[in-house]
Amino acid sequence: MADNVKPRVKVPKSASAGEVITLKTLISHPMESGQRKNKAGEVIPRSIINRFTCDFNGQNVIDVTLEPAISTNPYFEFQSQVPEAGEFTFTWYDDDGSVYTETKAISVG
Amino acid sequence: MTFTRRETLAIGLGGVAALALPMQAAAMVDDKIAAFTGGADVGEGGLTLTAPEIAENGNTVPVEVSAPGAVSILLLAAGNPNPDVCTFNFGPLAGAQAASTRIRLARTQEVVAVAKMADGSFVRAAQEVKVTIGGCGG
Repeated sequence: MADNVKPRVKVPKSASAGEVITLKTLISHPMESGQRKNKAGEVIPRSIINRFTCDFNGQNVIDVTLEPAISTNPYFEFQSQVPEAGEFTFTWYDDDGSVYTETKAISVG
Repeated sequence: MTFTRRETLAIGLGGVAALALPMQAAAMVDDKIAAFTGGADVGEGGLTLTAPEIAENGNTVPVEVSAPGAVSILLLAAGNPNPDVCTFNFGPLAGAQAASTRIRLARTQEVVAVAKMADGSFVRAAQEVKVTIGGCGG
């Protein structure tokens, strides 16, 4: 279990129906690549987030497969349609089996 | 300066290894692309890969991919120990087939993106990124 994993997402509070909005997400995670060695020369085991998904009211927006070449604190910026008011669900899957989720509601007006 | 037979052999082997390494990495990238496309032809155009020409810190290099009409985009770094970087799969609600993230680059190399279009065709784009400080640790 990586320590202090904290997801952060930026979603506008409201949008007009059918509008395309930009979402920004960041999760604090060391993303240990499995390539580095410690002072004793032993390889530090890989520990990364291997998958990230974003859904809106159950419909998929983006599904990203991550490899160790993604930087520490993985950051993603992408765009989504907003057909109606609802909730964005962001999910990160850790190598160790942990799942981190964050939800943000958006209103249409 | 004279070389013993043993030293000469070692130098020769070292030279061969130095030549083989980049070729091996390029072959790995081709393999990854073939696995992604299933051996289909890869065209050009319709995919934009935005990366800095010079990245001072290889630990966090901002890259952006954009391919209108794509269903998924594969990102590869040819000079990394493992060329995989990430795969974006766009869902039905994606506002644009574009995404940006930050990646690690071990050294100066080519970043390659391959997009799978909705009609099943594939396009690729590549850009050379000069890295001042490598980002994969040692």
